[in-house]
Order: sequence, then structure tokens, then C-alpha cells
Amino acid sequence: MSPNVVEINGLSKRFVIRKEKSLKERIVNWGRSQEHKEDFLALQGIDLNIQAGTTVGLVGPNGSGKSTLLKMIAGILQPNQGTVRVRGRIAALLELGAGFHPDLTGRENVYLNASVLGISKEETERHFEQIVEFSGIEQFIDTQVKFYSSGMYVRLAFAVAVHVDPDILLVDEVLAVGDEPFQKKCMDRIKQFQADGRTIIFVSHSLDQVGELCDRAVVLEEGEIVADGVPAEALKVLRERFDEQRADDLDARHARQRQDAELDRPRVDRVELFDLAGNPLTEADQVADLRIAITVTVPGAGQDVIVGAGVDTPWGVTVIGTNSEMIGTEVGFVQGTQRIDVVYRGLRLARGRYSVHGQVSNVDGVELDRVRDASPFEVEGDDETSAGLTWAHASIERG
Amino acid sequence: MRVSRQERDSALAMEPLRPAGPAEGFVGSTLHAIKDVFDHRELLGLLTRREIKARYKDSALGLIWSLIRPIVQLLVYWVALGQFMGMMRAIPEFAVFIFTGLTIWQLFTDIVTQGTNTIVANAGLIKKVYVPREIFPLSTIGSALFNFGMQMVVLILFLGLRSAQLSARHGEGVNLFPLGSRWIYGVLALLLTLLWAGALALLLSAINVYLRDTQWLVEISMMVLFWASPTVYALRMVTDQVGGWLLQVYLANPMTMAVLGFQRAFWVPGDGFDTPGTVCREVTTYDAGGLVEAAQVCEPGRVVFGPTAYPGNMMLRLGIMIAICTVLLWGAHRVFARLQANFAQEL
Repeated sequence: MSPNVVEINGLSKRFVIRKEKSLKERIVNWGRSQEHKEDFLALQGIDLNIQAGTTVGLVGPNGSGKSTLLKMIAGILQPNQGTVRVRGRIAALLELGAGFHPDLTGRENVYLNASVLGISKEETERHFEQIVEFSGIEQFIDTQVKFYSSGMYVRLAFAVAVHVDPDILLVDEVLAVGDEPFQKKCMDRIKQFQADGRTIIFVSHSLDQVGELCDRAVVLEEGEIVADGVPAEALKVLRERFDEQRADDLDARHARQRQDAELDRPRVDRVELFDLAGNPLTEADQVADLRIAITVTVPGAGQDVIVGAGVDTPWGVTVIGTNSEMIGTEVGFVQGTQRIDVVYRGLRLARGRYSVHGQVSNVDGVELDRVRDASPFEVEGDDETSAGLTWAHASIERG
Repeated sequence: MRVSRQERDSALAMEPLRPAGPAEGFVGSTLHAIKDVFDHRELLGLLTRREIKARYKDSALGLIWSLIRPIVQLLVYWVALGQFMGMMRAIPEFAVFIFTGLTIWQLFTDIVTQGTNTIVANAGLIKKVYVPREIFPLSTIGSALFNFGMQMVVLILFLGLRSAQLSARHGEGVNLFPLGSRWIYGVLALLLTLLWAGALALLLSAINVYLRDTQWLVEISMMVLFWASPTVYALRMVTDQVGGWLLQVYLANPMTMAVLGFQRAFWVPGDGFDTPGTVCREVTTYDAGGLVEAAQVCEPGRVVFGPTAYPGNMMLRLGIMIAICTVLLWGAHRVFARLQANFAQEL
């Protein structure tokens, strides 16, 4: 049984938002200053124990207190109530290149930044060649950092960061920067850390990343833990919350659209998802048949339109899309309200959550209206032999 | 060197849980902070070097600028106060006198003014990583000490050159270089300055986070305080004007004692000095109309200065002040420790 490396009991953190800033305001409002303070509970009643060797993802909507919690564990912020206790060496990667000074050379900054992250001078010296090689900026290492491009800066900072040697690694969304090969390096490094039995606590907006990397996900909302457990379960809770929020947004949008109704412009009224038989669909198999029904309205005298529909991931990546022009079936002239179905047969989807979109364009291909994030559905299945956006049964055969 | 999962787990299980961030407690937090800073001494060294390097980076003369400033300051005071206002006639080796005072004073102002800004200036780091925050004021002490060291080198060189020049003029050995037990005063004065300035830097750097007016207040206070210690004038000029409790207040200023201690160490002519120079006297004549006409007649001779008066029991006074400032430093750290809890959110 691994020991706990982080123990949090009844943690609350309050921020005071002061509205007045200038001396004049302070004098005028003297004695009434309490009225001009607004308390904001960033975290309340958090109890959390983290075992050594686990990878924990902190997720939640913006402003839910994820980063605050991470800073509390790092010791950067102090609790108002409760305790945060830790054991082992902690390294916090809340920002790449913490302590970098623009006037110092790359070499000097490597030592400084490494020291800030708790790497000893000896270790830095030992890894120096590797760090420089990793960053790929050998020829600029003795140039002042202010002359670096932002890419070079980040690469150097990252090269230092991967050489941290902590028991607990705290990572904020810093890893979301950089190009794809760079992100890949990050992921490889994190997996290496996991194999070493280090504890990783990270904040991410990418639920896919959390699902892929973590043993455990903690969902925060408005400063409280609303779900805590294996990533699939916890993320499901979060996704449902996001859907609710999205539904609210859509309602608001529809309300606006009704005001626009007098405008003489074709629009998508709604997008619904059915199975081939026409029953509403919320759960699909890994090989799915989908009927996406788009209801379009062309006000006034009517016009020729092109109608399209497709499937997206929750992060807006289009898995598949098509329109009537690609299919080669003209929708043609529409006047008033009409429903058009786009049917996909045998669509192979990886397990996870998806939504559909529908759009309408004029014959020149100029998009006139689009409804996103409609009819969310879940793809479930038993086959875990592959991962990615699409699905196939995979097997190994020796040649 | 890879550590296996099991080894890491068992090593962690041995370790006690500790609170994240700085430790709490009345005395415990100070002891813990000292240990924490000691553990981060490499970072402290690097930050100090960063302060020194970054300051004059890209300038052609670089570090020499840190010497030019005090030398120009020395010249200005030497010309304005020494020559124009005649301080030279009251204070032997006036140039050595001011340089000694300015060197220790510069150390004090550097630590306090830069120290006050240091937490705000390092906001980026404080918000993103946990390192003992005491490191930032301490790193300004480090860079100020570096400057101080450079000035000391210049002071020593100057003393050597001036000794040689005077010896040649007198035709006998003149030594301005401090020897023997004088150095004890210098060391005590330096220690006192570091403790007192360190206490102020810790306290003000923390307050400055909440009230940014502090840094401007400090700047102005330094201007006033400069004249509140006998850096460019002699203590005797104060004792001539004030006495009693007012004088004791004046002497209770730690920087007054530090400056006096430093002068006692490095300003050898203060012990009594005579030098070939120009002696002037007033000659009064009456013209035909009976009008009085005053004139100065100057001729070569020997200028003799008696020993400069220092406050009694200087060693004891310095010792007591060092003790007091050690307690103040601890008090300042208590305040710092209390205020630092909210640094990251207030910056």
C-alpha cells in the first residue's frame, strides 16, 4: 500500500475582491471599506488524499478552483481554513521558464530556472548537454534570452522542466503550449514519470488527455469537489454538466434567433438525431447508423440551398461531415420550413461522447447558418483493442 | 540513477507529512525559514548573481558603473562641502572621511531601497513557484554586499595612494591604512548595518506588497536619513549644537553608530593629524577714512588637527545595538512570515 503524499482536510480558500484602488476612493470610503470588499470562495470544504504513484487530473469549468487547489498543494497560497500537508519533493510546473531573466543568456537562465525548480547545480551540470540538445538551440545558448523567438524560449524552458526530479509533480496547463512534436515529448515524459512511480497532479481542460493519462480524476465546480474517482466516471459527470451549460447557451441562442426571424435569411431551426427507424438516439454502438434531421427555414420568397450535417467530439473536432452537394443529391428550392435528413450508415466511432451539427449554405457554398453541439450521444462498446477518433477491432499476428 | 517505485514508496512512507508552504509557529517558523533558506542557498547565490549581472548587462563599462557612482558622489561632496563650505579645514583628510561614510551608507540604502521592491519585482516567481520568500530580500543583501566589496577595494587603494603621497610630501612615513584592533570597529559596524538594513528590508518588502506607497516613502526617508548620520559632516558639529537627550536620540540611530564605527576603523586621521598645508589668519587694517578692511593672509605652515571625539563606550554601544537589531530582525521576520501567506494573491 503506497503512502499518501498529499492530505487535504477541510480546506477553504477565500479571496477578497477589492473594488476601490485609488487613495481618494479609500479616503472617501473610509470606515465603509467592508462594504467594498467582496468575498469570493475559491475553494470550500475540500477533503482529498492522494496516494503516491497515482496520476490525478483536476478538471472543471473555468473558475472552478482547479489552479487554486494546485497552488495550495504547491504551498504558493495558504489556506484560510483546513490543512494541506504533503511529503516528498514537490516541483510545480505552473509556468514554463519561471525566473527567466530576459537580460541573461540561455546558459545562465538554465541554471537559474533549474534551481527554481529544485534541481541542484550538480544535477544541472550533469544534464546540461542533454538540456541544450533537447531544446535544439545549441548555437544560441550564450545569447541573451530576450533575443529568442517565443518558440526557442519555450523549448529551452521545457528542456529544463523535464529534468526535474520530484516525488510529486504539479502541472498546470503549461503543457498545452507548443507544437505537436513538442506536445508529444511532454506526453512521453509524463509517461516516463508515471513509470518511475512519481505522483503527478495536473490541471487540464482536455478531458481526453485526462482520460488517457490519469488513474483518477477530480472534478471541481465552484470550489467544491463534485466527483472523484476513475476518470471515466468522473468525466461523465463533468460532461453532463457541460451539456447542461451548453443547453442553456443554446436556449439563449434560440431566443436571439427568434428575434432575427424577420430577417430574410435561411436558418437552421434545430438538429436532431435518430436511428434509422426514426427513434430518438442518445446511445449508439461502435458501428453506428445515424439519421441526422435538420429542420431549415427559408423565409420570404425562398431560395436554393445546400444542407449539411456531421458528428463532432466535445472539443469541436469534426469526426465526419458531409452536405447535399458532396452527396450529389440536390436539396434545391426551399420555401418555408422543411426537414432534411442526412443518413450515415456503418459509422465506426471510438467510445466516448459526441454531438451532431447541421448547417445550411447558399448554392455558392457560403455558410448561412450552423447549429453545433446538438443532440449529444454516447458511444459504448466492449472492444478496447484500439484508441482514437474512429474504431476498429485490432489484433496482433506474427508474420 | 533510477529509483524504483517500491524504493520511492518506502522512502516516502518514512517521511513525515509537512504543511505545504512555510511553517507556522512563533519561534519554529523562524528556525524553519533559516533551514529553508539554507536548503535553497544555491538559488540564493544564483539570484544574487542575476541581480548583479542583469543590472549592468549591455552597458559598455558594465560593473565599473557601480564604482563611478560613489566616486562622483565623493567628488561632489568633496568640492561642495569640503572646498566651498570649508569643511576641509575642520575635518582632516576630508576625502577619506566622506568616502568611508558613503561606503557604509551606500550599503544601507542599497539593501533597504532595493529590498523594499524585491518581492514586488519578483512577483512572477512568487506566484508560480514556492521558494522561501526570504530569499528575495536576502539576494538584494548579496548584491549590495558585492557593490560594497568593490567600494572597499577602491577605498583601500585610495588609502594606500594617499599614504604614499603624504609620505613623499612630509618626507616621513604617513600611514592612513587601518591596522590592528581598528578593524574590530569596522566588522561590528558592518554587522550592525547588515542586521538593521536586513530587518528593514524584510519588513518593508512585505508591507510594500500591500501598500505600494512604501517604496516612495522609503526613497524620501533615505534622503532625510542620509543627513541624520555623520556621513559628510563631523559628529562634533552636532555636539556643538545639541546635547542631552536630543543627542542621545541622534546616537540611538543605528546608522549613526555604524557610520561612526566605520570611520573609527578606516579614517585613521581622525585620531589626530598634522600635515603641511596652508595656514590662514585674519588681518584687520584701517584705511584713511577710518573704514575697517578685513583680509586673509595665507602662508605655508603645518595644519594640526586634534583627535576627533567619538561617543564614549563605542564598543559597548555597538554591541548593544547589534543585540537590539538582532531582535528587530527576528521581529521583522515574524511580520514577514505573517504577511507572506497572502503574497501570491495580493501581487
